[in-house]
Amino acid sequence: MNMEEFRSRARDIVNDATLTFHQRRHYLAWLAENALEYPELSKEAAEALNKQIICDLFEGSAPYRGRYILPDYGRALRNGSEHLELEPPQDLDEALNFLLIMYTQVPSITGYPVYLGDFDKILEPYVDDVDDEALYKKLKLFWIALDRILPDAFVHTNLGPRDSRISRTIFRIEREALQVVPNISLKVDPDLTPDDLILDAVQTVFATGKPHFVNHPLMVRDLGEDYAAVSCYNSLKIGGGSHTLNRLNLKEVALLHQGDIDSFIHDTLPHYVELNAELIEARIRYLVEEAKFFEHDFLAVEGLIRLDRFSAMYGIYGMAEAVDLLLEAAGKPGRYGHDDAANELSYQITKKIADLVAARPMPYCDGNNGRAFLHSQSGIDSDLEVTAGTRIPIGDEPEMFDHIKAVAPHHDLFQAGVSDIFHVEDTVRRNPSAMVDIIRGAFREGMRDFTFNLATNGFIRITGYLVRKCDVDQFDEMGARHGSTTFAAGSVKNSHVTERNVKRVLSRESSPRAPQ
Amino acid sequence: MKAAQGHLNDVIRFSAVDGPGNRFVVFLQGCNYNCVACHNPYTINECDSCGKCVEPCPEMALFYDGHNQVAVDDDLCTDCDICIQVCPSDSTPLSKMVRLESLVRQIDEVSPFISGITVSGGEPTLQADFVASLFSSIKCSEKLSRLTTLVDSNGSASRAVWDRLLPVMDGAMIDLKALDPDTHIAMTGADNGPVLDTIRYLAEWQRLYEVRLLMVPGRNDSPDTVERTARWLYDIDPSMRIKLIGFRQHGVRPQFADIPEADPQHLEKLSGIIRGVGIEELVLV
Ligand code: SF4
Ligand code: SF4
Repeated sequence: MNMEEFRSRARDIVNDATLTFHQRRHYLAWLAENALEYPELSKEAAEALNKQIICDLFEGSAPYRGRYILPDYGRALRNGSEHLELEPPQDLDEALNFLLIMYTQVPSITGYPVYLGDFDKILEPYVDDVDDEALYKKLKLFWIALDRILPDAFVHTNLGPRDSRISRTIFRIEREALQVVPNISLKVDPDLTPDDLILDAVQTVFATGKPHFVNHPLMVRDLGEDYAAVSCYNSLKIGGGSHTLNRLNLKEVALLHQGDIDSFIHDTLPHYVELNAELIEARIRYLVEEAKFFEHDFLAVEGLIRLDRFSAMYGIYGMAEAVDLLLEAAGKPGRYGHDDAANELSYQITKKIADLVAARPMPYCDGNNGRAFLHSQSGIDSDLEVTAGTRIPIGDEPEMFDHIKAVAPHHDLFQAGVSDIFHVEDTVRRNPSAMVDIIRGAFREGMRDFTFNLATNGFIRITGYLVRKCDVDQFDEMGARHGSTTFAAGSVKNSHVTERNVKRVLSRESSPRAPQ
Repeated sequence: MKAAQGHLNDVIRFSAVDGPGNRFVVFLQGCNYNCVACHNPYTINECDSCGKCVEPCPEMALFYDGHNQVAVDDDLCTDCDICIQVCPSDSTPLSKMVRLESLVRQIDEVSPFISGITVSGGEPTLQADFVASLFSSIKCSEKLSRLTTLVDSNGSASRAVWDRLLPVMDGAMIDLKALDPDTHIAMTGADNGPVLDTIRYLAEWQRLYEVRLLMVPGRNDSPDTVERTARWLYDIDPSMRIKLIGFRQHGVRPQFADIPEADPQHLEKLSGIIRGVGIEELVLV
């Protein structure tokens, strides 16, 4: 980018009437970062990045903070923070105040914290002498503050797997407040989570589209007890996180491939898997060795994050198109999500990638034994005619049972998360225990993440986060207070999530470029 | 008596509207009533292979098999339902004789996701031997025995039939179209004596999951009628679960197109009346 172009793009951002002050500042920072040279890549990797066969999700060309950071809030509350000049809180008011302050200092790719802590656990020491009504009142004020101070739907909290008064109160507040922020995942364990808590959560989904459900035992197997789902469907270690997330576009790889399916699996795929790994490595090295994030950030200095609990996320997407293209080229019948042969091929591809990623050493990834975590990436607003992760294309999903059966076998290998969204008929409102059965069944079947939504609540689920329908409708004229609404306006348009047509396409997290 | 196969109209693997939790639902073919408000009239009769649907099928999926019976080629059929619409006999060429083992296999596959199975129809008690065999296969299987077994019935079966089902059936949902015999005959073509007896008998055995009252405007939905019905049910069992359903036109045969749909406000009023009698477990749909 030459200086003239830089200045003109900066000017566009500064003068864009649909952006808030914070959003303009965020885009300006992104623009400045991208005026720097990219971390050094081989010619092949640079070319693949350029053609978007591999994709850095527009994280920026000089990483100076980890993409997803999961501070150990429990530890911060126990020890206080020197940097923040805060003593350990003594009661609930002090704890909530402490957290609100700390959130403003937690870096991430969006500029907002992607993880707020597991509230039922970190607040538990402070609620014994707080009665139900007082707890409700205090949490409700806290909840409103979160939504207004951190206006981005990638801000995420976790609850469960055990029942608690805090979780119950939060669900009650959620059903009343109908806020986008925070996003929530409920950890579900077949033995520890009572039906009644899941039922409460299901009823909250009816109202707000939240929470997501995660398979606790499977997460513990891969990440240990101290894990959380953050941002959307990104499961990582608490006290750690992910340096970066780069993804491989399987559709593009399939389009480039010449030859039979066997040579795709054994030659073409490994070649591009390695190019994306190279990209990840280069970005990690810059963050750790050049920007020296872990040497100066107070979270690291105070032991609230530790480099040895970090890894990186190796994402893939476009599985549906890749499978269909490969079968078509081989002259074989079958369609992803609908035919056994197609599904089998997709499992084979996932397995191959998982093996390659598990064999590829990655620097500063002790959080996963020196390897990246595999992740089924749930898409960004600029994705056109390519399906998120390992999902079945929108509108082409088979009935729910077949849908679950088709996608569940993928979930085992995506330690860092996978997203499949199920659209459920409104009749289930009268029988929420049917959803409890399905969620439990999905986890018995080996699913890791489970999300469902009804057509009739006031929210649209895009790639895992929510926006209010009214916000998308009004976006054109008004701009959006939530960064992710901007993002969603693009997604809604590009992937036909609804029939609505929103003209201006902007994205906060993943396409932070000036509108052109 | 064990029945190795049943005459099935269809199955639904996930249903949230046929009893508690998520359920696998088996629809059996054939019914002994002819209700004005039937939402799936093509389940009423056996196909007599008259052939009137063969020609209209746009996919040429229907044909006469070697036994002069109308049959369907599943690979060609697109479920467009045209055959069902043209059938003059309230039947379908798509129903099938299905072996017990094959049905149990399907249930087994879905079992991690469901609370139980519901057998509906048509009128399932007309194939009571098959239903009993199905339920006992489930209750005798270590893996499946946690599933609950429900029957969705018009209540016309005799005590002898229920006696065959009771050992393996967790509950029944019974439709009570009308307490008044004449109204019942007008609405279903049959006497309601057996239905009233079924309700008493199953309540006695504590196997009455719920009684369903379908409110058809102008036929059985006067406040007075509903109050008498609720009182009758309350006297049998004060903890009776009642589901009050408003009539909708969906799926109903053209000759009944002039019956109006139930008015939500009127249904609210009827709910109040039923609750006033002392019934606590009332669901309004
Ligand atoms: S389904 Fe109806 S129209 Fe078709 S052959 Fe049978 S009875 Fe005749
Ligand atoms: S539903 Fe009936 S009419 Fe339609 S394709 Fe199938 S057999 Fe033919």
